Amino acid sequence: MIVLPLPWLEAAILLALVGSLAVNRVRNLDRAWRWGVALTGLVFVCASAASLGFLLQTPEATYPEWNLQTILFGRPYLGLDELNAPLLPAVALLHFLTALATARTRMRSFSLTWSLSAEAFHLAKFACKEPLVLVVLLTLGAVLPLVELINRRRPARVYVLHMSLFVALLWLGTLLPSGTPAAIVLLAAVLIRCGVVPFHCWITDWFEQASLGIALLYVIPLSGVYAAIRLVLPIAPDWLLSGLGLLSLTTAFYAASMGLVQRDLRRFFAYFFLSHASLVLVGLQLHTTVSLTGALSLWFAVLLSLGGFGLVLRAVESRFGWLSPRQHRGLYEHSPMLAVSFLLTGLASIGFPGTLGFVAADLLVEGASGVHLFVGLAVIATATLNGIAILRVYLLLFTGARHTSSVSLNITPRERLVVLTLSAFILGGGLFPQPGISSRERAAEAILEVRKDHLVGERGASAPRSAGHP
Amino acid sequence: MSDLNIAMSWLGGLAIAAPLALVLFLGIASLLDRRLTESATTKAIRAAIGIGLLACLGVLVLMLISGKRHVVVVLGRWVETEDFHVTVKFVFDRLSVPFALLSFVLSGTIASFAERYMHREAGYNRFFVLYAVFLLGMIVASLSGTIETLFLGWELVGLSSALLVAFYQERLGPARNGLWIWSVYRVSDAALLLAAVVLHHMTGRGDFHRLLGEAAWPEGQASATGTEAFVVGLLLLIAAAGKSGLIPFCGWLPRAMEGPTPSSAVFYGALSVHLGAFLLLRVSPLIDCSPALGAVLVVLGLATAGLAYLIGRVQTDIKAILSFASLSQVGVIVAEIGLGFRYLALVHLLGHACLRTLQFIRAPSLLHDYHGLENALGKHLTHAPPPFLRWAKPDTLARIYRFAFERAYLDSFLLTCFVLPFVRVFRRCDELERAWTGWLQGNRSGAEDESKTPSLGMEEVT
Repeated sequence: MIVLPLPWLEAAILLALVGSLAVNRVRNLDRAWRWGVALTGLVFVCASAASLGFLLQTPEATYPEWNLQTILFGRPYLGLDELNAPLLPAVALLHFLTALATARTRMRSFSLTWSLSAEAFHLAKFACKEPLVLVVLLTLGAVLPLVELINRRRPARVYVLHMSLFVALLWLGTLLPSGTPAAIVLLAAVLIRCGVVPFHCWITDWFEQASLGIALLYVIPLSGVYAAIRLVLPIAPDWLLSGLGLLSLTTAFYAASMGLVQRDLRRFFAYFFLSHASLVLVGLQLHTTVSLTGALSLWFAVLLSLGGFGLVLRAVESRFGWLSPRQHRGLYEHSPMLAVSFLLTGLASIGFPGTLGFVAADLLVEGASGVHLFVGLAVIATATLNGIAILRVYLLLFTGARHTSSVSLNITPRERLVVLTLSAFILGGGLFPQPGISSRERAAEAILEVRKDHLVGERGASAPRSAGHP
Repeated sequence: MSDLNIAMSWLGGLAIAAPLALVLFLGIASLLDRRLTESATTKAIRAAIGIGLLACLGVLVLMLISGKRHVVVVLGRWVETEDFHVTVKFVFDRLSVPFALLSFVLSGTIASFAERYMHREAGYNRFFVLYAVFLLGMIVASLSGTIETLFLGWELVGLSSALLVAFYQERLGPARNGLWIWSVYRVSDAALLLAAVVLHHMTGRGDFHRLLGEAAWPEGQASATGTEAFVVGLLLLIAAAGKSGLIPFCGWLPRAMEGPTPSSAVFYGALSVHLGAFLLLRVSPLIDCSPALGAVLVVLGLATAGLAYLIGRVQTDIKAILSFASLSQVGVIVAEIGLGFRYLALVHLLGHACLRTLQFIRAPSLLHDYHGLENALGKHLTHAPPPFLRWAKPDTLARIYRFAFERAYLDSFLLTCFVLPFVRVFRRCDELERAWTGWLQGNRSGAEDESKTPSLGMEEVT
């Protein structure tokens, strides 16, 4: 099979950018939605073609004169490698499914212009391997939520304070000469972006203030983790990564515990997400092939499972309003399919056997325990708490005295399509995990190779200097 | 590979494939919202159980013909990386074959019973989807040849059990009890997962034969030192205690009776409650390496048996009485395993599971049976206290009664020592976080909103 050697990646990003401008001009909500779905669908096709081209080794240099980036900038800044090749279609799919599942009642609050712009930034970020360009994209990407908060007339101080600090540290780390001080500063920036304790309050606040669909699309792709891999991992000394691991592990456990006691659905989701994002960071800091493969696989599983879980919560919220799981709601009879989807995506997020996240979680536990048994224990304890939290919220939402309603609240055909698509990925990836795991293993090896080269280069550079010392 | 071996591999694979196909058939139909008729569901279940049972019997017959006592069916490497792999491997031996056969026979019996019991019930389809998941979990767990496959089956059994307890979901009791059981199961799962991790560290793989020796069960020689065996064995014991309701987790057993009678019968009376004992039997060569572990098993088993006997005496509904009677026997089985009586424990387990299933499915007609018995005798049945309590003074009896009635305060102990402090600490953290976010926002509305919320009610966590 050969993928037509066209600039698919560039097409996907440009389509999303141009599409966001085009959709912004459409005033009719229904038409705007149809355009939005079509455009996000096309972006997904382009991103998949780009990824497929990379995986099938379609020669990039077949038509070098067609490379848009070379024409525009003189050299390509964006490109695919083992790490980002599967991530791009996954992010595009999440955007497409979010647009597709948007209920009529939510069309006003869910901005397709915002979604398409965010998609363009996400795709560009994940395709970028140049540190400076990545920093610029991360900075610009941080402005988008501010636009959403201002549009919704919601308080933005918590977000602005955290993101200002993030951007300041990001630029400071980039401008400092490469070395341990730069790594420390960049790591601090990444910790804020990932919402590691004590810098996590912006995530819960963001989920409370933004539209749920937009909140999901901004955080679920885990841009902070990508920044950690590209900017911090190659240059950070081992002791610094251990510090990152300790903080991430604390966050994972703390967020899982907080998720378990929440009485607000959005805050529950925010903590649940935070716990998983932190587990991915734990895998990164261990920097062994097994743990890194586990972390990258978990990242992919989080994208689809937790993204799907968020979409199910959004569907529940669009029917019943902002729910607070303080008492049993009895929603099962109204929408059994939503209940099943809730359970399926939720269990996939915690790595239940037979789902996408199972092998990822297993690899992560194995890698963590390889470093220290107590790290493995903490990861298992976190997964246990998350598992209890999922069923607690399921039982609170879907069981109890039947909710009375005069209109049908069952799942719509579009939502069913979204749920079935996600189920196919979650169960298919769970039953046949080998292709995905192999791809993540290759990515992990490539990341560790870059880190090794950097550390060897650094030692080589410091050797003559140290030789001069008495 | 000889023809006999090939035939055994195919039949072994079929024994697993049949319940898997059932789960996929019922599950995909539900996902696609294609409502199956009751007769279609019934036919699918009968076919799956029939094929699985025949395949398992076929393996047994071929084992007897060939004289092999340990047949390994490797379905391949599920995941393989340079430093990590998971093999899908199933073992047919003198432990797994009887347990798998028992699972098929009892599940088939209960399926027949449930077809009528659940007839025209609103959740008929949901019941049988969960039932199919449970059956798959039981078969995978009983035939597993690696700790990873055991974990897979273990988790499926846990999830389906918790959801079946919460089956009558319009009432709050079943939902709360389902959550309690799920929480206990998750702790048990965590212990099993940790044991798997330690096992990987000790042997480099999760295969049982690496740890328990190449010889057929129960003659394997574990390759672990006394300390290693004690640590892994203790973790496995915690896992087994959670699943089988041993001390201190016995509180979940009567809670599980909120589910429909067929599920109570097959899960908590017969199969699920014995899964912990089965796990201990599977790792019994490990127990031989550590006398201390054996002693812990004997003490825990006997204590559970004694306690379950006392608690069962004061229960007022038949399903609770049967569940504690079941638990007291499981306690004895665990003690037998600790003492090294492997075959006795296995036979005890098989016989007890069959007897208890029969008692559970007769439970709905208990009063009718009682009346029949009393009519036949021509007098009322007497209820004498147990002989060893006849000497006790009334106030001592009252104390013992209270102790048994409160189920030895074990649920209260878990609640007050673990659950409530945990919830209080993190609810306080939540309040502080809201106050901090409110302060950053320039107002204190977040903190004020939260302070208006009602304090933690016991009903929320129980």
